[in-house]
Amino acid sequence: MIENIDLSLVDWSRAQFALTAIYHWLFVPLTLGLSFILVIMETKYVRTGSEKWKKTTKFWMKLFGINFAIGVSTGLILEFEFGTNWSNYSWFVGDIFGAPLAVEGIMAFFMESTFIAVMFFGWDKVSKRFHLASTWLVAIGANLSALWILVANAWMENPVGMIFNPETARNEMLSFWEVLFNPVAIDKFFHTVTSGFVLASLFVTGISAWFLIRNREKEMALNSIKVAAIFGTFASVILIFTGDTSARTIARVQPVKFAAMEALYEGQTDAGLTVFGILADKVEDDDLDEKDIIARIELPGYLSVMTHGERDSFIAGIKDLVNGNEEKGIISASEKIERGKIARKLLLEYKEARNRGDNGEVDILKARFEDSDFQNEYFRYFGYSYIDKPSDIVPNVPIVFYSFHLMVALGFLFLLIQLLSWYFTVNGSIVKRKVFQWILLISIPLPYLASVLGWLVTEMGRQPWIIQDRMPVGIAVSNLSTSTVQTTFWLFAALFTALLIAEVSIMTRQIKNGPKIEEE
Amino acid sequence: MGLIFKFFNNTLQFYRNGFKTMPAWGKKVWLVILIKLFIIFVVLRIFFFPDILKKNFNTDEERGRHVLDELINKTDTDD
Repeated sequence: MIENIDLSLVDWSRAQFALTAIYHWLFVPLTLGLSFILVIMETKYVRTGSEKWKKTTKFWMKLFGINFAIGVSTGLILEFEFGTNWSNYSWFVGDIFGAPLAVEGIMAFFMESTFIAVMFFGWDKVSKRFHLASTWLVAIGANLSALWILVANAWMENPVGMIFNPETARNEMLSFWEVLFNPVAIDKFFHTVTSGFVLASLFVTGISAWFLIRNREKEMALNSIKVAAIFGTFASVILIFTGDTSARTIARVQPVKFAAMEALYEGQTDAGLTVFGILADKVEDDDLDEKDIIARIELPGYLSVMTHGERDSFIAGIKDLVNGNEEKGIISASEKIERGKIARKLLLEYKEARNRGDNGEVDILKARFEDSDFQNEYFRYFGYSYIDKPSDIVPNVPIVFYSFHLMVALGFLFLLIQLLSWYFTVNGSIVKRKVFQWILLISIPLPYLASVLGWLVTEMGRQPWIIQDRMPVGIAVSNLSTSTVQTTFWLFAALFTALLIAEVSIMTRQIKNGPKIEEE
Repeated sequence: MGLIFKFFNNTLQFYRNGFKTMPAWGKKVWLVILIKLFIIFVVLRIFFFPDILKKNFNTDEERGRHVLDELINKTDTDD
C-alpha cells in the first residue's frame, strides 16, 4: 500500500523548523564572536592592569551575558522537533547525528556553563589570570558547541563515514573521524564561526558609535571600536576565504545547489562569475521553470577559475545535472531515480524475507547492503527513489540565487566597514565623522540578515533533500496532524518573539545605562 | 575527603555570593531564563513534543520495523 504524505504537513513542519532555527540563530553568533572580543579586552586588562580595560570588558560582558542567557536552550527546541516532527529522519540518521550532539552536550556545554559563572561572579574573587582563563574557556566552549552542531548539519549535506543497516533501518557510524573531518564540516565550521565574529564586531562598533553620537563614554567607545575593528577585519578576510572554499566544496558534493547559487542552467567552460544579476522567467522551458539572468554584471571566466583553478574547466549547469551529460561523466537524475528504486526494491525484498523467516535470504540481502559497490552505486541514490520527475531535484533557484549574492555583497561591505573603522580610529578622525558613526549604528542588523541569508542558501539550496541524495524532506516527516504542527508553530512564534523583545529591551536599557551604573 | 568537602563548600559559597550580589539586570535575566526553561521543558516537552517513536513503540526493534515500513511505502509528494 502506498501512503501519501500530506503536503501541508510537510510545509508546516518545515516552516516550524525554519522559524525556530532562525530565531535560535539570532542569539548564537553574537555569543560566538563577542566571547572572543571579551577575551581580547580582558587580556589587555590583565597585561596592562588598566582599569579602563576592566570597565570596558565588564560592560561588554554584561551584554554578552544578556544575549547568552536569553538564547541558551532555545536550540533544545530543535531537538524536540527532531523526535516529534521528524521521527523517520531521527531514526534513519541513527548515531551519526546523536554522537556529535552528545559530545556537544557533555564537553562544550559543561565547559561553557561552568566557567561562565566564574566570568560573572568571579571578578575580584578569583585571580586575574584565572578569570581570564575562564573567559578564554567560555569562548572556546561556545565555539566548540557550534562545531558539533555544524558537524551534524554538514553530514546531512555530505553523508560520510557510515553504512546503512537494513536490520535496524538506521545508518551506523563507521568512522567518527570521517564524520568530524568531513570537508563540508570543516568549511562550514570556519565560515559560520567567523560570520559570528564579524557580526559581533559590527555589534560592538555599532553600539560604540552610538556612544560617540551621544557624546558619552568616548574613551571606552574608541577602545572598543579599535579592538572590534581589528578583530572584525581579520575575521572578515577569513570569512571571505572560507566562503570561497565552501563554495568549491559545494560544487563538488552538491552541484545542483552550486548551479542554483549562480542560476547556471547550461553547463559551461570558461564560466563567468555573476557579481550582480536579476532573474526573469524564461517562457519556453516548462518543466524546469528556467530563469534568464537579465541585467548581469559578470567577471568572465572567474567561476571556472575559482571552482577548479582553471579557466577552461567545466561547470555543470542545472540542465546537465537533471538530464545528464555523458561527455562530462554526469549521470542523469532519471538514472539516479532508477538506481534508487533498485535500492528500495532490495529493501522491500529484505523485509519480506525477514517476515517469512527466510534467514538464508536475509543474510544474502544483508551482505548486499554491506557491499561497498552497492552502497556507492545504488544506495547512495536511495532518496531518488521517491522523486517523481527529474526536475524535482532542483531547488527554488531565485531564493538561492538572491540570498547567495546578497550575502556575498554584505560580506564585502562588512570588510570595507571594518577597514574604515580601523583606519578612522587609528588616525583619530572617527570622533568627528558623524555620518560614519551613523553608518556603524545602522549596520548592526546587517550581519544578522547576512547570517540568515547564508542559512537560506544552505538549507533551501539542498532541497528536496533532508539528507543529500539519501532522504527527501517529505519522507523524513512524522505522521502528525497538520493542526498540531500549526499550533506549535504559533506557540513558538509567540515564545521566541517574547524572548527577542525581552533581549532587546533588557539590552537597550543596559546600553543606555552604560558602564557607569555597573560600577556603582 | 576534607579537601573535597572544602572545594564543594567554597564552590557553593561562590555561587551564593554571586547570586546575592547580582545586579538588577542579572535578576531580570534569571527570571527570563526560569520562565523560558519552564515553558520549554514542562509545557512544550510534555504536552506538545513527545518522542513519537518512543511513545508509539515499546522496543527499538518495533521502531526499526516501523521506519523500515515508512521507507518502503511512503511516497514524497513534496514539490
